[in-house]
Amino acid sequence: MTNEALQDLIGSWFPNPEADKISKVEIVDISENDENPEENPITPEPVNSSLLEFTQEESQFLNISAPPEHLHALMSQLKSNDLTRFDYLFCLSGIDWGEELGVVYHLESTTHRHSIVVKVKTKGRETPNLDSVYDIWATAEFHEREVFDFFGIKFNNHPNLKRLFLTEDWDGYPLRKDYVDEINMVIK
Amino acid sequence: MEQKTTIDKSFKTEPYQINMGPQHPATHGVLRLVLTIDGEIIEKVEPDLGYIHRSIEKMCERDSYQQIVHLTDRMDYLSSNINNEAVCLAVENALELEIPDRVKVIRTIIGELTRIASHCLWWGVMGMDVGALTTYFYGFRDREMINDIFEETCGARLTMNYNVPGGLMFDIHPNFVKRVKEFITHFKTKIPEYNRLLTGNVIFQKRMKGVGILTKEDAISFGASGPVARGSGYSCDVRKYHPYSALDKVTFKEALKTEGDSLARYEVRIQELWESLSIVEQLIDNIPEGEYRVATKAVIKLPKGEFYQKVETARGEFGVYIISTGTKSPYRLKFRSPGFSNLSLLNHIAVGGKIGDLVATMATLDLVIPDIDR
Amino acid sequence: MNISLNITKSIHEWLFSIMPEGVANIVEMALIGLLYLAIFAILGLFLVLLERRVAAWFQLRIGPNRVGFQGVLQTMADALKLLSKELTGTVKADKFLYNLAPYFVIISSLMALAVIPFTKEFQAFDINIGIFFLIGVSSIGVIGILLGGWASNNKFALIGAMRSGVQTISYEMSIGLSLLTMILITGSLQLSEIVEVQKSGWLIVQGHIPAIIAFMIYMIAGTAETNRAPFDLVEAESELGAGFHTEYSGMKFAYFFLAEFINMFLIAAIATTIFFGGWLSPFGITESIPWLGVFWFLGKALILIFLMMWFRWTFPRLRIDQLLTLEWKYLLPINLVNIVIMALIVWLNLTIKI
Repeated sequence: MTNEALQDLIGSWFPNPEADKISKVEIVDISENDENPEENPITPEPVNSSLLEFTQEESQFLNISAPPEHLHALMSQLKSNDLTRFDYLFCLSGIDWGEELGVVYHLESTTHRHSIVVKVKTKGRETPNLDSVYDIWATAEFHEREVFDFFGIKFNNHPNLKRLFLTEDWDGYPLRKDYVDEINMVIK
Repeated sequence: MEQKTTIDKSFKTEPYQINMGPQHPATHGVLRLVLTIDGEIIEKVEPDLGYIHRSIEKMCERDSYQQIVHLTDRMDYLSSNINNEAVCLAVENALELEIPDRVKVIRTIIGELTRIASHCLWWGVMGMDVGALTTYFYGFRDREMINDIFEETCGARLTMNYNVPGGLMFDIHPNFVKRVKEFITHFKTKIPEYNRLLTGNVIFQKRMKGVGILTKEDAISFGASGPVARGSGYSCDVRKYHPYSALDKVTFKEALKTEGDSLARYEVRIQELWESLSIVEQLIDNIPEGEYRVATKAVIKLPKGEFYQKVETARGEFGVYIISTGTKSPYRLKFRSPGFSNLSLLNHIAVGGKIGDLVATMATLDLVIPDIDR
Repeated sequence: MNISLNITKSIHEWLFSIMPEGVANIVEMALIGLLYLAIFAILGLFLVLLERRVAAWFQLRIGPNRVGFQGVLQTMADALKLLSKELTGTVKADKFLYNLAPYFVIISSLMALAVIPFTKEFQAFDINIGIFFLIGVSSIGVIGILLGGWASNNKFALIGAMRSGVQTISYEMSIGLSLLTMILITGSLQLSEIVEVQKSGWLIVQGHIPAIIAFMIYMIAGTAETNRAPFDLVEAESELGAGFHTEYSGMKFAYFFLAEFINMFLIAAIATTIFFGGWLSPFGITESIPWLGVFWFLGKALILIFLMMWFRWTFPRLRIDQLLTLEWKYLLPINLVNIVIMALIVWLNLTIKI
């Protein structure tokens, strides 16, 4: 599947109610008697028709930015849908974006051999919270523990969320940008 | 031994925990496994990591790209050259540098030699883990020849840092071609010897067959890659699907087995020895003339964006994920190490086996601990 | 020409001539005891050296070659080093049993050494139930291993000890039965008698097919009995660290280590005595020089020891359930059938006699 086709398909799973509203207004403007706007999920541009944001600039993959509350639904759909079937999670990275923390999922399909990147950002950095995807890809259990260890992102429903590399009594989350350790870190 | 015997319930047994590692001969490094054992049968394997974690990803955030290359071979030190190559390729792709063919071919040859060296070491240690100590020396004898070639080429035997963004650090040594050819003829007689010494052994076959079975679905779900995944029938060779350097110019078969047990993983690696040897053989006579390096700026600044480069190390798919904001260091750099994902499936395949099975299974996963504790 | 005989006899007579009978007996026993301790030590050190050289040969190495000529003093130096090492142990170990365990192991192999007929007259204790005694004494060793593993308060050691118990109890059966097969031909348990019988052909020739089967079973079980690869599950270094002697250091460890090599020699020596004619030379070529029997005996034993080393350095290790399967499902039934065959052969007089 090409990236464009993927974008259309995945975007249609999570229609944007806002976009609907706007488009409804637009539609109402054009034809006043349209009763069922829901029948037409692929809403016209230019408003973002989906809750997901797609970008392809500055990256060789198609990037999806997903809101955290839809993450799990999106992920299970990505894996189980026959057209996408992203069953191979090959990289799961935590990132500190400054204002908030994020997780990036690199996915590949072993049947269709296409790749995709899903990005999700937490709400703030005080109590970062995301849904675990370990039930979709078993390898996520380890990777999420690593992210928890270094970024402090809590993964809901994770079966064994505890520090993986660091000791239980470690203070702070070292890979965050604001982590300070005056003794062990060499700052240039 | 699997079926439960009906013992008088008043005679209670309870599982107990033992620590395998951080100092244990079978963990090949400082991996600590907390085992829950019922007699000899393993009920749970819980890896406890971090004994040699150096936070390379954090260090990368303050280092220049040239420096990052030097950190990568401290991860999977047995595929050091391939790791270097991954970062160099990521940087070169980001800069859209045109790399001379000579560099590509040399990189591929060295990469495949690294893979052979790594598999030689693995084979030796594999034998040792199942109790045949002699294999270790046979594996090291052949690995030594490769290391000597590397030493002559770039002055280092293990952590070579031969790749730099833009090409290679030096041109190859005049003896390089001759010595690699010598190695090829030598090693062609040695792989059958490996098979005679270990593969065909009845005890070895019994120890490996049907042990640590990993289905294809599980392999994919657990993010397995490299020989581990290919032993389960999941075709995932990055060299095939995303060829890099000169790998698109050579023909080779992807070693694939469908049994998914330890023996399959073992045979995949033995098969890979032949394939790597054939790749080297195809390229060694056709090293094109030309520059061994293209000039880069002293301070490399990647354009703003995200770059992902994957390569096939001896252990599987190694990924470099660079997020650049246009400065001289990456904003975030993530290494996707094959060992980390491969370790995550250990609990899944070791449960229900004996302690001896765990050791044999772990040997076929071919874990390198610095690769896991990045 | 009977040099060895003359020496022992003259010492015996000299001792009895200068002191009363009781004292002379005690002194003689002490002397023999010291002699056997010396044999034990030298044999142990030599076998360790041999093992290392053989291993090196298998592994494309040179092996010890610095201390003394071609490294002959290497094991001596190692023993001195072990003597000077601190004796460590775990805090919560059962101190008494922990310290006792190495002696069980070493004494059992020393006792077994006493009945081995190195040559005619060179045998400390020619008891008429020799084989029975050997089997009985050699099973004491496992108690030492069990105690050591249990008392060191280490889980790895305990697993090793339990494995050892299981393994030794199982394989003792095969050793006993395979020796019993041969006893059917000799009709005697006394080791010197058994060798005498072989003047009309080594037992492996006399008993032909069942004897060869018995020999093979004996060698497999014997390797298992000594806890050597491919049956070294007791100390499986890649699984259990060092197994039952994980917590032992210095000389206590050395006792276990030496005992392993002496046991290996014992297994080879028993095989030599039972199957290969003991001190007898092939076709009686040196029958006129009896003291050469020692060399024939040691030579045959060394060949068998080399065989066991060959096993060790080329075979991978079995798993515990495979180990027990091999014994209970294969060796034991084969052995029982083999005894019947041997009995038939002896009964029908089908043995080959030269």
